[in-house]
Amino acid sequence: MRKSSTITALSDIAMAARRYSLVGMLGWQDVRQRYRRSALGPFWLTISMGVMIASIGVVFGQIFNSPMKEFLPFLAVGMIFWGFISSVITEGCTGFIAAEGIIKQLSIPLFVHILRVLWRNFLILAHNIVIFPLVLLAVGKPLSWIAFISIPGLLLVVVNLTWIALILGVLCARYRDLPQIVGSILQILFYLTPIMWMPDLLPKRAGLYLLDSNPVYHLLEIIRSPLLGQLPTTTNWEISLALALFGWFLAIAVYGRFKRRIAYWL
Amino acid sequence: MATIEFNNVCVDFPIYNANTRSLKKRLLQVATGGQLGADQQGRVVVRALEDLSFTFKDGDRVGLLGHNGAGKSTLLRLLGGVYEPSSGCARINGVIGSLIDISLGIDSEATGRENIYFRGGLLGMTRAEISKQIDDIIEFSELGNFVDMPMRTYSSGMHLRLAFSVSTILRPEILLMDEWLSVGDEGFKHKAEKRMTELVQVTNILVIASHSREVILDTCNRVIWLEHGRVRMDGDPESVVAAYFGG
Repeated sequence: MRKSSTITALSDIAMAARRYSLVGMLGWQDVRQRYRRSALGPFWLTISMGVMIASIGVVFGQIFNSPMKEFLPFLAVGMIFWGFISSVITEGCTGFIAAEGIIKQLSIPLFVHILRVLWRNFLILAHNIVIFPLVLLAVGKPLSWIAFISIPGLLLVVVNLTWIALILGVLCARYRDLPQIVGSILQILFYLTPIMWMPDLLPKRAGLYLLDSNPVYHLLEIIRSPLLGQLPTTTNWEISLALALFGWFLAIAVYGRFKRRIAYWL
Repeated sequence: MATIEFNNVCVDFPIYNANTRSLKKRLLQVATGGQLGADQQGRVVVRALEDLSFTFKDGDRVGLLGHNGAGKSTLLRLLGGVYEPSSGCARINGVIGSLIDISLGIDSEATGRENIYFRGGLLGMTRAEISKQIDDIIEFSELGNFVDMPMRTYSSGMHLRLAFSVSTILRPEILLMDEWLSVGDEGFKHKAEKRMTELVQVTNILVIASHSREVILDTCNRVIWLEHGRVRMDGDPESVVAAYFGG
């Protein structure tokens, strides 16, 4: 008697949520493992991110002739959250593959491994975000109350990233070429999305295509613009929400269909 | 109350990087392992288990015998819920505990204490539950102050003692083992043996894969002999062991 695939997927996800304490431990362990015996620990990530933002900021600020007061905070938020988004997606690809040892020995809800990737990267994000107030201080830009809107924004982004990581985790377990392809696509998206360049530099017509048709732009915008003191547009919210709904339907279908095969593929 | 019910269970492993089947592989198959074959789409599959049907009830102490590659570990993983059958139906009721690979999840850079939490978490305990039992675990492992040292400073015996102490803290209804666990030096071995016996006594169903005649005869009241993924013999320990070890 085989349960319907939707129930399989949902019950696995529900069971994984109940194992939050394990997710928490594994996520912390991942972060600490990378930086054991180093004095600064995960703050090395913060430092390297900070250095990158500063150097890109100086060079591209000059090239684009953007005022530092606008460009540097824009770049900092963009880079920090893009780092979060892209590493959740790349590590989501190897979420199941990397957990092969556990998956093949213990029947832990598989979604735990996806949550682990999310939590680990969230912890890293928490380290990186320290840069943002420093940048604001450096350029003397105040933070407005609107910034709080970026919290629901981040939540919606996380909801979106979860389904992306889940689907990619499943597919990459089966097709091992996929992580490379995803890596290249992310690289392209990094340049297509206004992270290093500000959207108002684009000519009007090109902007319409490049921005509106880019889902990453909308996702980034619901976090970034409140932090820079602007409200995200309704389109930003609508697209992000629609993406979450559509994506989760797809993810549950894919996960329910293939969950039982994952252990075989590893 | 725990039950395990298998009906015509098969397990096929798809092999994606072996598109060509050669004579060599054909010949090897005779010597070891499951049966190679191809499914409808022409993919190479290894049939690890074929057409298994049995029922285990409370009180069953099942021994699995068989050569390397006969399907013992795959069967244990199937029982543990790692794999779902490719066809057939496997119904497993009861809390499962696995003593296969007790060192899984141990991070050698972390301290013994941290690893108790990792290991306990993997076995399904929450932080609070582990905290409640951690003193017992540490005491049992006899690690003393070493428990707050990184695991890489441990000897392999100490390593196993810690893993053993955490892994045997649970009292599952269905216990899965790959070989009888025996760790540590003389003194510890005795203690470990006592804990194992106790664990095996309270569990409803035990399934143990072993190559040791003594273990099978001492612990089991039913033995299944697997060969090429199929049940060759299923019966009381004496007769199966006699047949398997060549009498």
